Amino acid sequence: MSLPAVDAVVIGAGAGGGIVAKELAVAGLKVVLLERGKWHNAWDCLKDDLKNQRTNPLGNSFGPDDDRNPRVVVDSNGRQRIVEPSGPGYSNNAACVGGGTFSYGAMAWRFLPKDFRMRSTYGTPAGSTLDDWPISYEELEPRYTKAEWEIGVSGDNRQNPFFGPQSKPLPMPPLIPTKEETILHAGAQKLGLHPFPIPMLRNTIPYNGRGACMRCRWCVGFACEVDAKCGTQNTVIPTALATGNCELRTGCMVKEIQVDGRGHATGIAYYDEHDHLREQPANLVVVAGSAVETARLLLNSKSRLFPNGIGNRYDWVGRNLQGHTYTGAYGIFDEETYDDLGPGASIAICDYNHGNPGLAGGAMLANEFIRTPIQFTGILPPGMPKWGKAHKDYMRSFYRRMITVMGPTQEIPHFESRVTVDPRVLDYWGIPVARLSGPRHPHTLEIANVMSEKAEAWLKASGAVRTWQRKASQGTSGGQHQAGTCRMGVDPKASVVNKYGQVHEADNVFIADGSLHVTNGGFNPVLTIMALAYHVSDYLVREWRGTRFRS
Amino acid sequence: MRTQERLPRRRFLQVAAATGTAAATVGCGTDVSPWRTLTRAEGDTLAALCDQIIPPDQDAGASEAGVVDFLDRQLSGRYKRHRRLYREGIEAVNRIADGSFARLEPARQLELIQRVEAGKESKESAAFFALLVTHTMQGYYGMPRHGGNRNYASWRMIGVPVRPLRGRRPENEVRG
Repeated sequence: MSLPAVDAVVIGAGAGGGIVAKELAVAGLKVVLLERGKWHNAWDCLKDDLKNQRTNPLGNSFGPDDDRNPRVVVDSNGRQRIVEPSGPGYSNNAACVGGGTFSYGAMAWRFLPKDFRMRSTYGTPAGSTLDDWPISYEELEPRYTKAEWEIGVSGDNRQNPFFGPQSKPLPMPPLIPTKEETILHAGAQKLGLHPFPIPMLRNTIPYNGRGACMRCRWCVGFACEVDAKCGTQNTVIPTALATGNCELRTGCMVKEIQVDGRGHATGIAYYDEHDHLREQPANLVVVAGSAVETARLLLNSKSRLFPNGIGNRYDWVGRNLQGHTYTGAYGIFDEETYDDLGPGASIAICDYNHGNPGLAGGAMLANEFIRTPIQFTGILPPGMPKWGKAHKDYMRSFYRRMITVMGPTQEIPHFESRVTVDPRVLDYWGIPVARLSGPRHPHTLEIANVMSEKAEAWLKASGAVRTWQRKASQGTSGGQHQAGTCRMGVDPKASVVNKYGQVHEADNVFIADGSLHVTNGGFNPVLTIMALAYHVSDYLVREWRGTRFRS
Repeated sequence: MRTQERLPRRRFLQVAAATGTAAATVGCGTDVSPWRTLTRAEGDTLAALCDQIIPPDQDAGASEAGVVDFLDRQLSGRYKRHRRLYREGIEAVNRIADGSFARLEPARQLELIQRVEAGKESKESAAFFALLVTHTMQGYYGMPRHGGNRNYASWRMIGVPVRPLRGRRPENEVRG
């Protein structure tokens, strides 16, 4: 039942796990990289608007499968319901090699310097756990650069005056502007704002042995047909395997991290692709299952020394669950704005990330990925009926004349927004499932609603003849940008890991995903997750050369 | 290599009847249903309901675009879980219509479903109608591979190019 020991086990072959596996393998460690999902590739690109990771009435496309992986979601009235991955409120991310990086829209944002010191900048709003990160933008900067060059990012960050200093320019230029981008650019300049092309983890020229984006309209939620979208599955993971030091095992569900009597991890127990329970001994365990699953795994790894789960002596594991609160506005134009040139999202402003009077933070604002027709059926101006002749007329008249501007408002962390485990609801393998509960902080909603106004103003300045806002609503946080559940910190009583992602209580257990984030920026978080993975890996490699993490 | 074994014809028909694939040849006369999940009457009711949700005009309405085909297919697949709600909802709508919703005049049909939608009949029929609106939109505007959007009728209507882009185009060049 027990497999031959390896130096390191990495749990989750996604944005963080793929990078850690490669860095360790290149440094000479023997690594087992475990992934619950399958290894999909460009051949699995279905372009099915009813079955993908973004719109999934007929199921999701890249996991996890609905039959085996329920969660419990608690609404604001305290009512609990069991949800499947394709159901509302689940907070799903693709479960496959590459994780979310296989099917994301691929926005590649560096957080701003102030995003790492939110408490120093704004103070802590009452009732929140807003705090500074134990690392600064400057410390993380080289890792952002490494991610941009190794995974592959295109754009022109010099056009954004709000970005922090960047040690190298991006390796690839941005795509040629679309009609929407030209329209919005003019509007932004009229308002004195500073528009720039969205940095993307996307090839715009041949790079890293793969071709350039084909500008189709099937990006966010889909696999890339031409493999131009950059993820860990087509960059660092193949590199890791090529070293000969890394073994990737798919279809594997980790049950728990095993520890000895002194709190030192000895390895993990997991169910292999045939559902046989295996033990994989290792000197080092790195958890990168994304904020919900990583917290779930730690909470389920109970022992005499850790009766409430590894790293959870002070009840901070699973706390401060964050995502982003998306708000914005829609604008209808007299002229056609649609040119069928993907991916759609192309232009952004950072003028409202910080410095908003009376608000702790803000959001980046950008245009949206191309909406599929079925997505468009739900984007209705106030008073528009949801069906009937009027709705059909609306679809016919306005599908090609509408621009959406949205932004991910940086959430104010809340201690009660959390992941716990439900002992009565078990998944297919008998493991207690994650339970998501808790509110959004009221100040988050305030900020988000101001962002809607800014989005609407931008659309108006760009010539929209009719606009309406999408406002914030209360509800459980998380979502695809899930973060914060095992936050970094200096104080072991108010955090789960130290500044290197090392669990305070278990010196050979590390975390390398969005769980680490103290706050989650006003941006899609994946590039920051990647940068942190390089940051954690650097520490792991240096420490391994010393103690080899042996007890 | 396994040699293919062909079932004797009688056995094939027994198997086919059991799995419903030969349903069209079973039964008699007007009871024959062209659908795999729905009865003929249920299909007719749904067609009438969907044609109120997305009415025919200069572009195809829901039934012409194959939405009932989509519903029938999904009710055997992903939407099996909704079968009871559909059956009972269709029954309720026909009951309120004093027999047959499909035979009412369009204006009366619209009145009836507006009452249903507002919850003035029952909570269940309101839930059924809300779900039917969602599913009708999927069947009309989604990919044809699921049974609806026949010949990309809705995409042509709203101006979405019908074939996905493939290969490089001049627009793929990047800014210098």
